[in-house]
Amino acid sequence: MSQTASAQQRFGEQVLDVEALRIEVRTDAGPGPVLVDDVSLQLRQGEVLGLIGESGAGKSTIGLATMGYSRSGCFITGGKIVFRGKDVREMTRDERQDLRGHGVAYIAQSAAASFNPALTLYEQICEIALRRGLMKEEEAKAEAIRLFKELELPNPEKFGERYPHQVSGGQLQRAMAAMAMITKPSILVFDEPTTALDVTTQVEVLASFRKLIREHRTAALYITHDLAVVAQIADRIMVLRHGKMIEVGDATQILQAPREEYTRRLVAERTVANQNLHQAQSETAKPLLEITNVVASYRSLTRVINDVTLSVERGDTVAVVGESGSGKSTLARVVVGLLPRSSGDVRFQGESLPARLQDRPRDQLRRIQMIYQMPDVALNPRQTLAEIIGRPVEFYFGRSKDQVRERVGELLRHIDLPESFASRRPGELSGGQKQRVCIARALAAEPELIICDEVTSALDQLVGEEILRLLNRLQEELGVAYMFITHDLGTVKRIANKVAVMLKGQLVAYGETDKIFSPPFHPYTELLLSSVPEMRADWLDEVLAKRTRKNA
Amino acid sequence: MAVTDAKVPAKKKAPGIRLFGHKVPFSAQIGFLIIAFNLFLMIFAPFLAPYGEGIVPADLQKWANPSAEHWFGTDAIGRDILSQLLYGARLSIGLSLITTCIAFVVGIITGFSAAILGRWADVALSRFADLILSMPTLIFCLVIITAVMANESAFVAATGISNAFFEGMVIVGVIGFLYAVPVFRLSRAVAMNIVALEYVEAARLRGENIWWVIRKEVLPNAIPPLVAEFGLRFCFTFLLIASLSFLGLGIQPPYQDWGSMVNQNAQVIFLGKPMPLFPAGAIALLTIGVNLVVDWLLSVYSRAHGENA
Repeated sequence: MSQTASAQQRFGEQVLDVEALRIEVRTDAGPGPVLVDDVSLQLRQGEVLGLIGESGAGKSTIGLATMGYSRSGCFITGGKIVFRGKDVREMTRDERQDLRGHGVAYIAQSAAASFNPALTLYEQICEIALRRGLMKEEEAKAEAIRLFKELELPNPEKFGERYPHQVSGGQLQRAMAAMAMITKPSILVFDEPTTALDVTTQVEVLASFRKLIREHRTAALYITHDLAVVAQIADRIMVLRHGKMIEVGDATQILQAPREEYTRRLVAERTVANQNLHQAQSETAKPLLEITNVVASYRSLTRVINDVTLSVERGDTVAVVGESGSGKSTLARVVVGLLPRSSGDVRFQGESLPARLQDRPRDQLRRIQMIYQMPDVALNPRQTLAEIIGRPVEFYFGRSKDQVRERVGELLRHIDLPESFASRRPGELSGGQKQRVCIARALAAEPELIICDEVTSALDQLVGEEILRLLNRLQEELGVAYMFITHDLGTVKRIANKVAVMLKGQLVAYGETDKIFSPPFHPYTELLLSSVPEMRADWLDEVLAKRTRKNA
Repeated sequence: MAVTDAKVPAKKKAPGIRLFGHKVPFSAQIGFLIIAFNLFLMIFAPFLAPYGEGIVPADLQKWANPSAEHWFGTDAIGRDILSQLLYGARLSIGLSLITTCIAFVVGIITGFSAAILGRWADVALSRFADLILSMPTLIFCLVIITAVMANESAFVAATGISNAFFEGMVIVGVIGFLYAVPVFRLSRAVAMNIVALEYVEAARLRGENIWWVIRKEVLPNAIPPLVAEFGLRFCFTFLLIASLSFLGLGIQPPYQDWGSMVNQNAQVIFLGKPMPLFPAGAIALLTIGVNLVVDWLLSVYSRAHGENA
């Protein structure tokens, strides 16, 4: 009781009341799946509610429904969405149009895809205020500049004159927040606004979002799959799964004393992330892959990879970490020969690999396999799993049809999928199952080195964890080495025994995981490490305080 | 044939006819019906035609008006228009189908190769395509066909094939080549998007040759836009052959296709006789039918894929 009382003091009047919301898909083939089932939530002025769940949990669908909007093919079929005493579902078209952008504003995940590249930021940010006739042009510009200042954007007076491609991803995301705030809406809906950003940028953007919400006492729905992110910004958290509400409560309660099993698993996944799974012994005597002084560039002259040297031993898991644009994926492309190196040497089992993929003999190709980030596009949708997994067996080893079929069954068992899946196509599998099939395809070639390019970043947390465990088990059984390209330091700590930190095409730190991740740090490694959100509500404050101290 | 497919009851209980899991709208149903009707007439022409091909009936009547004996009347030398129309369908539709197939085989192989090989192969093929496209198709056709036909008698004498077969081959070859160019452009654009996907990269990393990549990785995923293009291209071919025949360069007497029938019967329209309207109507009907189906296919796949290049 006392909790509710204090909450009422901290927050203002109720602005949104969603009751027993139900959203379904309807196609011309009849009713489809239920996306949101019996979800209720309330928002008061100044309150931030975090919606958390895996993909397909219905988080974004709920976010859009607060504006009375549903994606094409989806229909709001039940419940009430009351905004300031008025049911959004019963509003006329004009009333609803007025609500959107003015009463409730939306901030999308990908700012880059949401801005029109042909218009300046001013034109897009001020558009809604001008079209609704809320402000004159000079007023809107002045307001935009004020918001730019609040969001700590560089050179706020001139910022709005730029075009979207002239500002960085983090800045564009903040510009979208300015666009949403210009009409002073009662509710802001943040839909995974930092997911597409690098960790170091995420901290800054998160901090300015929080400042904005607190200063304007706006109510907000913060949608994300990352519990640690939502912990920094939300007052209350709602956990969703398959469109149903699992648990809702104060942020601290959810994080420290989750009531439901599913929430406990979500929280635990982050806590175990610091235990290293890696057990396979690395044989230091003979390196499997040696990369020496490699330089590579795309058609332009700028070096994407500049003088990188590292080696991978049998049984090793070497993580290559860095932010987008650091050249970590390019390094993988150089190793497999998709991008020919311009100088330096890549040796595999003591033998120099030809720079170009086309010049490598089949057996060299077989020994290095690759697993990709997006299992959706890494598997041909028109082939069955038997064809996908069987092809390398047939191609490299020339086995007979019966032998191939037998081997496919064996591989499917290896990745914990039933043998009956052989006749399925990728479209019939979940994201995690697809990634398992990618692993089986790589294993079918009986490789010595597997390059994993961000293999868990497109997957939900719990599914990603399963994939990491599977990869680890396979390493123990088969002794393969992994080169693990990732931006997620949690993954690194979990499975790598060696780490290579990349920055702007260069290796800034390389060595055993324990050594790299304990003091003395390279300054960039420290920045990366300190930017990974932790599951504590006060983490962001601490980081910001530390950085201010350092700068002072 | 397609119509029987469409009538197979769908698994899910839903109103309307479905094909490949998509609802077939009324307009496309009509399109399928028209195509099926034409194919039926073409295949069974010898059984349906009241008179033989090119036969002048014993009761020689020139320009006879439609009657119970000659439903669509007779032409300048007394041939039954209905019979000529039915046999003409075999030439018009058959030649168009062969030509379109040639254009597709050539266009798809070159287009996919350009997308997969990239670099100089792409530049060379694309510039060559631009060169061909810079000339109006009909004029280009006229020039090449006239040039080749000039050597007809020498070639026929040397190889011993019939004149009619030689002419057919020239038409099919020239139009097939010219129409391979737009097909090349479409397949290249479609393949470009597919080649960028990682399953194609995975196949390359495995060391697969280009033929395997074309057949197994790219083609199955490029089918939908190509099927729509096939329908459209068939119409163009069909109309181009008819135009050539109308201009006197296509099918030569005694054989007649619908285009040459319009040409040869054209004068009597001034006498108020309806003869040229029948082959002209047949051309229009089939074109409309194919287009109705293509429109539906394009709308379905542009929804599913977002683009058709």
